[in-house]
Amino acid sequence: MGIGIRIENLRKVYDAPPPMAGGGAGFSFAAVRPASKEKSPRKFELVALDGVSFEIRAGEVFGLLGPNGAGKSTTIGVLTTRTQPTSGRAFIGEYDVWRQQVQAKRLIGVVPQRPNLDFALTAREILTFHGAYFGQGARVRARRADELLEKFKLTDRATHMVRTFSGGMMQRLSIARAMMHDPEVLFLDEPSAGLDPQTRLLLWEIVRDYNRLGKTIVLTTHYMDEADTLCDRLAIIDHGRIISQGTPAELKATIPGGYLLRLRFDRVTEELLVDLKKLPGVTEVRSADQAFVDVYADRGGPLIGPIVNTAQAAGFELRDVHIAEPSLETLFLHHTGRSLRD
Amino acid sequence: MNWKTFYALLARDGHVARRNLLPTLLQNLLQPLLFTFVFGKVMTTSGMMPAAYKSMLLPGVMAISMVLAGVQAVAMPLITEFQFTREIEDRLLAPIEIGWLAVEKIVAGMIQAMVAGLVVIPAAWLIMGSGVRLDFGKPFEFLLVALLVALFSSAGGLALGCSVGQTQIGLMFSLVVAPMMMFGCAYYPWSALESFPILHMAVLVNPLVYASEGLRGALVPQVPHMNTLVVIGALAAIDLGLLYLGLKKFHQKAVS
Ligand SMILES: Nc1ncnc2c1ncn2[C@@H]1O[C@H](COP(=O)(O)OP(=O)(O)OP(=O)(O)O)[C@@H](O)[C@H]1O
Ligand SMILES: [Mg+2]
Repeated sequence: MGIGIRIENLRKVYDAPPPMAGGGAGFSFAAVRPASKEKSPRKFELVALDGVSFEIRAGEVFGLLGPNGAGKSTTIGVLTTRTQPTSGRAFIGEYDVWRQQVQAKRLIGVVPQRPNLDFALTAREILTFHGAYFGQGARVRARRADELLEKFKLTDRATHMVRTFSGGMMQRLSIARAMMHDPEVLFLDEPSAGLDPQTRLLLWEIVRDYNRLGKTIVLTTHYMDEADTLCDRLAIIDHGRIISQGTPAELKATIPGGYLLRLRFDRVTEELLVDLKKLPGVTEVRSADQAFVDVYADRGGPLIGPIVNTAQAAGFELRDVHIAEPSLETLFLHHTGRSLRD
Repeated sequence: MNWKTFYALLARDGHVARRNLLPTLLQNLLQPLLFTFVFGKVMTTSGMMPAAYKSMLLPGVMAISMVLAGVQAVAMPLITEFQFTREIEDRLLAPIEIGWLAVEKIVAGMIQAMVAGLVVIPAAWLIMGSGVRLDFGKPFEFLLVALLVALFSSAGGLALGCSVGQTQIGLMFSLVVAPMMMFGCAYYPWSALESFPILHMAVLVNPLVYASEGLRGALVPQVPHMNTLVVIGALAAIDLGLLYLGLKKFHQKAVS
């Protein structure tokens, strides 16, 4: 079995700033404040998703990659019934996420970007009540809760109120909660943010094990190694659009040359670019701005000597070099002209 | 509709409410009971108030306690849960329509309002001592009015909780709830306002008036009170209005 996911031409335009922006969220009791009355001169409009379509196959680990504000969380929000799409449709299995919310919700487990644990409960209660919401009987609930607490190394804190937990512990509990009702599809929005290195490895292990049971996994991440090692397929998203998708290997193969050398000179001219392009193994040369040049090539270090010589011969001074091995980082730079962390 | 999930959500709220039972009860009952002591005991014993005042006061105190309990039980957690941490999200992801989650909140609030109302009767009775003349001859009328009051308080709490931010709670209570209590005909019957014609009519927008007068009609019919059918009609209309507003606001808050 296994459940696939399909997204068709999804658009999301936010018409109000995020609720928490700017302190208290406006006093709006009763219908005294109609939107039309305070038509502000500039109406808020933010296009978060701009025609996103993709398909996730049943049983695969799918990664969404992109810089801050690209629309990853919004995509997950739409797929998990938490965000209403402005247009377009999303399906979990055969269910239209927006129209058949309850059926869709039964199939999914969600780890949000910010842990949203029920602060009125203890760690163990969070799991058992979550199981109860999904109709699990008392005995099943208790057993699964204990298993998951053990798995995520939270057993000794099981009876503590979660408000006393550290960020990483909350994150672990949040993942445990998402797995509590054994969902067919697991969404993880930046699951390893805030986790220490060992816990990250533990998380990877758990995700792989879960995937082996035939479950579909959708995750977003900023970490290249995570996307690289964990995901069967990836989509790169930027400014609410999918710019590229495929297996990590396929995506890497699209980068011209494979290696990327970011060079910084005292100045950059057209003739310098032409000279660089002539060097052996160079497939593409781009100038990002006044001082930076990106050189795509089939080799890294061995190219430094020739570059220095070329620059000196033409009277330029090379000030900085950064070599990126073939990786998703390079890929991302290639497609967006920006580093993932910009 | 999915009863298992609904029941589990209710069980969760019950669990949290039981954990906070004592502080919650104190919060909702202390003020009305202190009022009961000062006016129903001190003033009547010293002869500054007639003894009949005791019977008049009790239903009003009950109305106030129920309204405070219901509003706080629903509004306060909602305000924090919809805040930055979005604690409510795990329940929004439970396999049940979002509207039913709001209904569950209302039911939980109604139960707490009923408990507060039922605790306050013997408590106030004990404080005021002899001379309280309650009439339990109309149990169905009493139950109906009490349920309508409970629904009013928790649906109001839902509308409030989905409209007010954490920073405005204090303001809300001093600006809306406090005047509502003073002009809610809880500490005096509506007919006492006849000598202030404008106020007499103006207080009719205050739902607490119907709550106090309705409970008075059911528990102490010997005291002057508003016609029961008018009370029931007004409370039902207010309940429906608040229910509609609350559910709409909840939907708006729940989905981005
Ligand atoms: N509730 C909201 N209301 C208004 N705008 C929003 C809301 N949520 C997100 N946005 C905006 O939508 C855009 C996409 O945000 P989103 O959270 O999807 O990005 P992201 O890819 O998850 O970024 P990050 O890596 O920082 O988590 C951003 O510009 C953001 O400001
Ligand atoms: Mg995000």
